[in-house]
Amino acid sequence: MEMITSGKCMTFFLSGEIDHHNAASIRKVIDEETDKLMPQVLVLDFSGVTFMDSSGVGLVMGRYRNVSAHGGRLEAVNLPPWCYKIMKMSGLEKIARIRMTGGKQ
Amino acid sequence: MKPINRFTMTFDSRSANEGFARLVASGFAALLDPTVEELCDIKTAVSEAVTNCIVHAYPDGVGNIYISAAIYESGLFKIKIRDRGCGIEDVEKAKEPLYSSLGGERAGLGFAVMESFCDKLSVRSTLGKGTCVTLDKYIKGKALADR
Ligand SMILES: Nc1ncnc2c1ncn2[C@@H]1O[C@H](COP(=O)(O)OP(=O)(O)O)[C@@H](O)[C@H]1O
Ligand SMILES: [Mg+2]
Repeated sequence: MEMITSGKCMTFFLSGEIDHHNAASIRKVIDEETDKLMPQVLVLDFSGVTFMDSSGVGLVMGRYRNVSAHGGRLEAVNLPPWCYKIMKMSGLEKIARIRMTGGKQ
Repeated sequence: MKPINRFTMTFDSRSANEGFARLVASGFAALLDPTVEELCDIKTAVSEAVTNCIVHAYPDGVGNIYISAAIYESGLFKIKIRDRGCGIEDVEKAKEPLYSSLGGERAGLGFAVMESFCDKLSVRSTLGKGTCVTLDKYIKGKALADR
């Protein structure tokens, strides 16, 4: 998985299919990196995601908990329609920035 | 109502099979010429039901997952996902959005997704015997969507 760090902001570019099977390894990579750097802003870029079920929502919720535990915030960007549709059901939009478009902070 | 086509399959409750199961289900539903969105809805709903068998029904080992599906002249795609696992004590509670009996990173949205991405969800479950989830989805298809 590709990752860019700039200052206190870390962006991970998720790709492929996010289900319960694949979520475990994605989670491991993100957590290892964020534990080291403790970013102020954790950006998850979904532009390369071809499929996602509620395990992807769980992945975002878990990362949200981790970054907010040390005062950071989470953004999910570039969600394709099939990711946005399911992400909307979680209510995460009320607490984190969830966007169908990208844009740098 | 007689189906125009059917399939059944049995496979191991291994997480690697989540992708396999939704691919088979969407490949079969493709016979009704669905739109990309309809196909995506089916993939997601099936993925939820199969993941539940793997994660919840057989928490300590590998068991069988049984799928049978049929398509009908009316455009109906019907799929049953069944396990012989632990069963659900309170189905109404299990269906509540954001409810999960497992902590960790389960979002508790599986049933909510199945319900909203399909036209009908029915759940039959017996403690200690297993669970059967039936999903109905009417495929309006490309032909109608284009108009
Ligand atoms: N096939 C199953 N066998 C046993 N329990 C199940 C099954 N499917 C769902 N459940 C129960 O219903 C609850 C809700 O399921 P779901 O909405 O998919 O949320 P999640 O999988 O995130 O926990 C689960 O936490 C579990 O307790
Ligand atoms: Mg589930």
